[in-house]
Amino acid sequence: MILRRPFFWIILLIAAGFIYAPLHGDNVLLREDLILMAIAIILASNLNLMIGYTGYVNFGHIVFYGLGGYVGLYLTTVRGWNLVLSALVAGVVVSLCAFLFGLAVLRLRGAYFALATIGILEAVQAFVSNFNPWGRATGMYLSFESYQPLGGAMRALWIIYYLIIAVMALSMILSLAIKNSKFGLGLFAIREDENAAVVLGVNATMYKAIVYSVSAFLPAVAGALMFYKNGMIDPSSAFEFMLSLEGIVMLMLGGQGSVMGAFLGGALYEKLRSYLLTSPALSNFHLVIAGGLLLVVVLFAPGGLIGWVYRLVPRVRKVIE
Amino acid sequence: MSGVLASMIDGLLVGAVYGLAAMGLSLIWGVMDVINLTHGAMIALGMFCMYLLFAAVHISAYVLLLPTIGVGLLLGLVVYWMAVHWVVGRSILMSLLSTFAVNMMVIGIGTAVWSTSPYNVNFVLPGITIGAYTFTGNHIAAAIAAVVIALALQFFLYRTRTGKAIRAVADNREAAELMGISSTAVLSIAFAIGIALACTSGALVSTLFPFTILSGSVYQLKSFVVTILAGLGKPFGALVAGVLLGLLEGVVTPFIAVSWIPLIEFGLFVVVLVAFPQGIFGKRATA
Repeated sequence: MILRRPFFWIILLIAAGFIYAPLHGDNVLLREDLILMAIAIILASNLNLMIGYTGYVNFGHIVFYGLGGYVGLYLTTVRGWNLVLSALVAGVVVSLCAFLFGLAVLRLRGAYFALATIGILEAVQAFVSNFNPWGRATGMYLSFESYQPLGGAMRALWIIYYLIIAVMALSMILSLAIKNSKFGLGLFAIREDENAAVVLGVNATMYKAIVYSVSAFLPAVAGALMFYKNGMIDPSSAFEFMLSLEGIVMLMLGGQGSVMGAFLGGALYEKLRSYLLTSPALSNFHLVIAGGLLLVVVLFAPGGLIGWVYRLVPRVRKVIE
Repeated sequence: MSGVLASMIDGLLVGAVYGLAAMGLSLIWGVMDVINLTHGAMIALGMFCMYLLFAAVHISAYVLLLPTIGVGLLLGLVVYWMAVHWVVGRSILMSLLSTFAVNMMVIGIGTAVWSTSPYNVNFVLPGITIGAYTFTGNHIAAAIAAVVIALALQFFLYRTRTGKAIRAVADNREAAELMGISSTAVLSIAFAIGIALACTSGALVSTLFPFTILSGSVYQLKSFVVTILAGLGKPFGALVAGVLLGLLEGVVTPFIAVSWIPLIEFGLFVVVLVAFPQGIFGKRATA
């Protein structure tokens, strides 16, 4: 079924491109650029499940990424687990938390939920900054020997890169699979009119809690991998509010509700951001530019880039989802 | 024991300022169904407005509240025509995102201009000493100022034509338009007043604690909690709920670290939302 969708193969092609590009000539700089891009795409794709599919804004999406990083780093350093296993466990733990939490909070409709997510971010950050086993405000560090099981730091970086690209591809495949499923249809119904959806037999609270926890899984895995790569974690880097906001900008820019939109938004925005951050004149204003971009998209082009492409060539919709 | 009492009184005084901030959020939310996510940024701008004014003219900070209100009204009009007017009545997602975009821009500019280092307004009123405890004059004056402004708003909303028009639009926009009220004018006025309240409360906070451009987000969270406690569109209820929140903070601060407070406030926020979706003082359902 999903194998028959042409877009599935396009996703695999994209992933193959990401893997091949830096291998060519052992280009480490390009790899570091692409890894940031992949993280942006992972965040935007999973956020799309909430904003684009269900119509619920999650301002605290970064919580999953940061918590995943914390659980992952805790398991690898303190417990000495292997990287892939601890990343997966981090994903499971974070999505379980998200599910339980979602059941409580997702009774709230629309805007109230959005406010709650701002609260979740502040609350989780307050909790982690006071939590002793995770090093409170100073965070946790990885010793250099931890990279030994992966064959030294140099090789470890490459392995982590491949893993993150895999997570990126999985994020897009997940979005595609949900879009073409009955579950996805239920989510779209909630987005269009929640009351009508409930009347038609969609268990809205359960659906919302499930999509909330599903959207937590892959970002948490990515967080575990990424903070293992960085070798350290602390509350301010794990729960970077800016990144949470920029995730929303990426998604809106690319086009919410579309798998390709999330990809495009993530990739382009990350490119723009790295340009802005390195340019001396504009580095202080990158947030202003991001905000301005978001405002323009919201007011004038709610469909984002991909919406514009769809309008221009309606037939593209069939292939690029 | 008397230490807790003193802390409670202090919390009560600061709570009045929280209430004032929340009134701005509640007014906008109630009148146009827009959740103003620029709220925190506007509180922060109010702080810096007070800082700049005080640095320019060394007169009482409470006199400077008047120009701050003026700046707030102006800012409110600018933000309304920039980002809010176009999304009123569209899906809530759009108004959340558009006000949020303005928030990012304001914080971005603010960070570029003032960085994120702390500032303070060096204005001290003599305090009142009772036994071993001293209540600083600034806290008392800020609470009085907050209550006076809240009463003025209450008077405006219930006794003047414009105020009545605002309440009419909040109740039913179409019916109000049929009665000859220009809802665009009313919405922009209400939005400007809401922003002015946020700025004013920020200005009051700046006389109490040191602040940075990012401080607004803390008070934004408090404002949400207070608004939810009070129920939507109940400006005076917001003041009362603000005082309650301040009281609660006063009770808990002697016992636990300050850094836990966001967690407690957030817990309160969720519990109230789930248990009393219409707020403690509220009646009508809006969600």
